[in-house]
Amino acid sequence: MDLSKATFWGYKRENGRIGVRNHVIILPVDDLSNAAAEAVANNIKGTLALPHPYGRLQFGADLDLHFRTLIGTGANPNVAAVVVICIEEGWAKKVADGIAATGKPVAYFGIEQHGDHDTILRASKKAKEFVQWASELRREERPLKDLWVSTKCGESDTTSGCGANPTVGNAFDKLYPHGTTLVFGETTELTGGEHLVAARCRTDEVRKKFQFMFDRYQALVERHKTSDLSDSQPTKGNIEGGLTTIEEKALGNIQKIGRECLIDGVIDKAEVPTGPGLWFMDSSSAAAEMVTLCAASGFVVHLFPTGQGNVIGNPILPVIKLCANPRTVRTMSEHVDVDVSGLLRKEMSPDQAGDALLECMFRTANGRLTAAEALGHREFVLTRLFESA
Amino acid sequence: MIHFVVHDEEDSVGVVVVEGVKAGDTLTGWIMDQDKEITFKAASNIPIGHKLAIKALAKDATVIKYGTDIGRVVAAIGVGEHAHVHNIKTKRW
Repeated sequence: MDLSKATFWGYKRENGRIGVRNHVIILPVDDLSNAAAEAVANNIKGTLALPHPYGRLQFGADLDLHFRTLIGTGANPNVAAVVVICIEEGWAKKVADGIAATGKPVAYFGIEQHGDHDTILRASKKAKEFVQWASELRREERPLKDLWVSTKCGESDTTSGCGANPTVGNAFDKLYPHGTTLVFGETTELTGGEHLVAARCRTDEVRKKFQFMFDRYQALVERHKTSDLSDSQPTKGNIEGGLTTIEEKALGNIQKIGRECLIDGVIDKAEVPTGPGLWFMDSSSAAAEMVTLCAASGFVVHLFPTGQGNVIGNPILPVIKLCANPRTVRTMSEHVDVDVSGLLRKEMSPDQAGDALLECMFRTANGRLTAAEALGHREFVLTRLFESA
Repeated sequence: MIHFVVHDEEDSVGVVVVEGVKAGDTLTGWIMDQDKEITFKAASNIPIGHKLAIKALAKDATVIKYGTDIGRVVAAIGVGEHAHVHNIKTKRW
């Protein structure tokens, strides 16, 4: 596929970033504000509440990550406008101010001294104003370099490593020369292949930063591990699908970064890349956590290979599923956007599979709903670093 | 018809990509990196996605897939036999 003149249709935001969705979100800062946020989203059609279980008594690096994830989610260009609700008005303002730096419309509300009824009333009026405003925004044609694409795989099996993951790698190798911004992560899931990732870093400085993040996560695993990591890495589903060791899973996983593109930079969880190229983000390998972090880092479309059939979606980031396992494609077809099982029968070349994925990516960017969007998968899962105070 | 795939010709295992492989079946494998075909007889029933040994693996041998170390053999594996958690373990955790 010749991508030299490739374009997509997106929403240009106030800060110049391009989104491919036009959500108005109702964002609770903490668990206590979920009820009000969901009530507002129920009142005002076309808005979306993002409930989650955290935000109270967190501190230090864990609290920093909480704020960074919420602000990043609101700042994501797939979001047109945001209503922030918090039990305490001060922290509602903190999150709203962070999002407002993008220039997009944001309003914030505190529940204390108002109660849910008054908060829901005030927030609903603002949400109605925002959603009617957003409904008149129009897509415009943009060059490929404006597209930020993330990847993470889930419920992998051996077919992921020989089919679906190399298909993402083929697509990444084709996207990379055109100035797109790309990300992968899943730090523990590189175990056994970390030397191959290190060798792909563009500079020694990037390599050093990658190694630091990798070693930091290994130390966490060493501190808490039980035998075979409690059937969590690889997971029961991975083992059922034929993956035997973490090394085997990791070598399949890193097929997603292709064979040619180099790693240009390393970011911590929910940090925003500062330039185009391929980025490594230190992150959990749990699907919803990682995809939520990708959205918070500003990525607008996600490529998600699966083997045994992970069904994940995200509220603001369209998640495109591809699968090479012929049994999964047959039994879970409603979840699969791109069937690349022909690869394993030699009926499809890696190049054709990569092109099929890119074609689906462009259609998705231009507005076609993914399977996960149509099925209502909106997993919004915040990463925690340690216990609350 | 392709019954199993192998990433690299140096690998010690291949991945079954069809359902219903039974002991005694003659299987055609595709070595992807070198684009070659090979034929093996399955020595076990092997579910889709699971591995068969294409080389005899003694206890404590290193298992190679993608041309890279994926773990150690904890119980000897004969050619064509099912290779999985019952006879291979990680060297890491």
